[in-house]
Amino acid sequence: MAQLEVQGLTKAYSGVSVLKNVSLSVDEGEFVCLLGPSGCGKTTLLRIICGIDRPSQGHLFFDGSEITHLPPQRRRFGVVFQSYALFPNLTAEQNVRYGLQSLKGPQQRERAQEMLALVGLEAYGERFPAQLSGGQQQRVALARALAPQPALLLLDEPLSALDAKVREGLRHEIVAIQRRLGIPTIMVTHDQEEALEMADRVVLMDNGEIAQEDSPLNLYRAPTSRFSAGFVGRVNLISAVIEEEGLRIGPTLWPAHPSWSAPSDVGASVTLAVRPQQISIFPEGSSLPLVDFADDAVVLPGRVTHVRFAGASWGFEVQCGALNQVLRVEQMNTGQATAPWGTDSRVLLAIPHAALLPVPASPSL
Amino acid sequence: MRSPVGFALSTLDRQVQWLVAALLLGLGLLFVFSPLAWLLVRSVYSPEGDFVGLAQFARYLDTPSLQDSLARSLRLSAVAACITSLLAFGFAFSLCMTAMPGKRLFRGVALIPLMSPSLLMAISLVYWFGNQGALKSWMGTGTIYGELGIVLGSILWTFPHALMILMTSLATQDGRLAEAARTLGAGPWRIFLTITLPQCRYGLLMSFVLVFVLVITDFGVAKVIGGQANVLATDLYRQVIGQQNFSMGAVVGVFLLLPAFGAFFLERYFRARQSAALTARAVIAQPSESRMLALVATLFCSVLGLVFIAMIGMAIVAAFVSFWPYNLSPTLKHFQFDDMDGGGWETYWNSLQMAGGAAVIGAVAAFFSAWVVEKSRIGQGMRESLNLMATLPMAIPGLALGLGYILFFNGPYQPLQFLYGSLSILVFCTVVHFFSTAHLTMLASLKQLDKEFEHVSETLGHSFLRTLFSVTIPMSLPAIFEVAGYFFVNALTTVSAVVFLYAPETQLASVAVLNMDDAGDVAPAAAMAVLIFFTAAGGRLLFGLFSHFVLSRTQQWRQR
Repeated sequence: MAQLEVQGLTKAYSGVSVLKNVSLSVDEGEFVCLLGPSGCGKTTLLRIICGIDRPSQGHLFFDGSEITHLPPQRRRFGVVFQSYALFPNLTAEQNVRYGLQSLKGPQQRERAQEMLALVGLEAYGERFPAQLSGGQQQRVALARALAPQPALLLLDEPLSALDAKVREGLRHEIVAIQRRLGIPTIMVTHDQEEALEMADRVVLMDNGEIAQEDSPLNLYRAPTSRFSAGFVGRVNLISAVIEEEGLRIGPTLWPAHPSWSAPSDVGASVTLAVRPQQISIFPEGSSLPLVDFADDAVVLPGRVTHVRFAGASWGFEVQCGALNQVLRVEQMNTGQATAPWGTDSRVLLAIPHAALLPVPASPSL
Repeated sequence: MRSPVGFALSTLDRQVQWLVAALLLGLGLLFVFSPLAWLLVRSVYSPEGDFVGLAQFARYLDTPSLQDSLARSLRLSAVAACITSLLAFGFAFSLCMTAMPGKRLFRGVALIPLMSPSLLMAISLVYWFGNQGALKSWMGTGTIYGELGIVLGSILWTFPHALMILMTSLATQDGRLAEAARTLGAGPWRIFLTITLPQCRYGLLMSFVLVFVLVITDFGVAKVIGGQANVLATDLYRQVIGQQNFSMGAVVGVFLLLPAFGAFFLERYFRARQSAALTARAVIAQPSESRMLALVATLFCSVLGLVFIAMIGMAIVAAFVSFWPYNLSPTLKHFQFDDMDGGGWETYWNSLQMAGGAAVIGAVAAFFSAWVVEKSRIGQGMRESLNLMATLPMAIPGLALGLGYILFFNGPYQPLQFLYGSLSILVFCTVVHFFSTAHLTMLASLKQLDKEFEHVSETLGHSFLRTLFSVTIPMSLPAIFEVAGYFFVNALTTVSAVVFLYAPETQLASVAVLNMDDAGDVAPAAAMAVLIFFTAAGGRLLFGLFSHFVLSRTQQWRQR
């Protein structure tokens, strides 16, 4: 059952729409990520949900009752801010106790200790925020938000100010705490890896609207728009024309494949997306593609124009004469001493049919 | 590789930087350090010139009437500092944190006292509540002459100083903390107590300290409205002008130096603490949208604003009516200063010349002192000495500075004695008196310019000096004009530092206000004070316009 219901939310600042008719729901115990580029409206949406900003239009419901006009102090939502906003003149414990006004002194202390222990900082209660590291400050902010037993947890880019290593550790920790408490959570992030790893459901936003809303796996596997395909992971976009017997890609007609549940209008153009790591490379003149993929792959000749070393993987840009475009290809680095393909190598690219995903031209579903 | 030409230029650069620094430091030694040293030395010598150690301090502390004024000074300054800081905090809060309408107007009205001598407020109080006052009935059986008048007058003229400190303090609050508190269930009152107020604590302390020092070292208000209530500053004036006892004057001067020095170090400490608390990512706090709060704020600020308007308004009325309160027909006779004791139009022209000189010399000196401290690459020791010398005047009350000038420039074996009694010494004394604020303003402005400009120019083969004239000075012009305007206004309104230093032919308008009031010509004193007010306001406007003109011509880089 949905706990939080956002209906038709619109926000405009002096005539400019930041949010356009956004609707969203969060179920019990669910971890939802709002993902999108900067300026897409995700932080504004979060600020409206926690009550700091007010919507121009639309309604918010929590547990069935309307909260659109409820001030933030009466919503009982816990918020962790991007900058943490820890009170610099209070100790870590006093920060955690700030939201526990309704409890008596000893109970406050007990609850604050419990929360600090939850985030692994029971020994740091007496420290001031300036005496804590970035990651520790982040945990205190989380403990402070969770202490009053909020009905909903809101996280605004909680990890963006931290070093890459600390960030990865905290991802697990936040998810583990969220699972343990079973508290419905919304997290804003611009980091797709973070969203894919942590969320039950990702809400991808673009330009004040929801572009796609799905499980991380589906979002990655089946983007429903060019924007989704391009924003989540890297992607090559290939144009094709629908014909009776299949798809025409470049000069060649490829037989129909079950995964292409493409629109049936014969003669229409479609865009196909393919991930760089799903393309295989073979030497020119090789018959291996036919062996490996039987007939289930599109095979195209090409010339390597650029080689990129990225540690765990190799990246190649391959000029494909038949498509008149450059395709990006990625291969795992298996420990070779030199790049498997040098610049100007003539190669064959094999794209499995199942990897070619039709993408609608417009973001609407 | 550096070319030999580049090398030669860079040596020349270094020499010029050294020269400017040495010149400024020399002037500082002469016009800041030496008078101060002479004051301290004189306080341990008897009037006959014998070394007596701390005997005069002991005698001072043993004299009941002087003990009395010391205690009164401390008490009144503390009371005025508390009340002014509280009122100014309310005003600053209304301006920064509420949805009150007409904020620019309120701010402008609150800055009125900056443009008038402190005496004006006291004279107006006399016209409102004095023996012939319009609202004398409000006083009941009490009297405005005395401690009450000193406190009220002090609150009125120090108000804008406190207001500016507290507005800065509120404007640099981190708005995200209040947002976080709201999501944790805190209401407006709890947010104010636990978030807003703690963030302002340094601002409030600084405001208290500043007002305390301003009041304890000011003697204009006490002189006009103090009646029988003596304070340290009037003691000093009487010792020097009345009894010509410079040694005892020096002792009182040292007593005035103590709180000012304490404030100087406290301020430095607080400034460091406050800037450390403010992170680069802070977000400006949003004003509350509450209509109720805006209404309360408007009422509060209107009452205070009306008081300021009533003060300046009464001075204007007093200047233009025949004989308050018996004959209210309009007249210009109070402006015939030449017929008054201790007045004369000459004093006004003297003031204009002196203020103009202080504006030009002060702005140039402040720019170069800040430039040497911030931009030059001569030794650190030299730069720090100059910085200390430039901020030292903040710790010297005007009266003590003026007395130091008499003792030093009128002392024996003084080759510069020809300066004594000239208009120039008034200019130098005034520049020194107000130098610290100007220096710090210039420093803040230069700090905004990228340090790497000099490096860039140098790697492009330009000399340091060429960067100074082609980049640094043009970009600093707005700040230079602001500083010049600051010197101009303060030179017109100041009394304390120059009151010992003028000769009959170099008397200033602000001193004429004091002397005419002393001689019983209160209406002409009010007239002169009003004239100073309008001149200062006009001067400020003129500097503003000039700065605007220069801005539009040379500051196109500021537009995006």
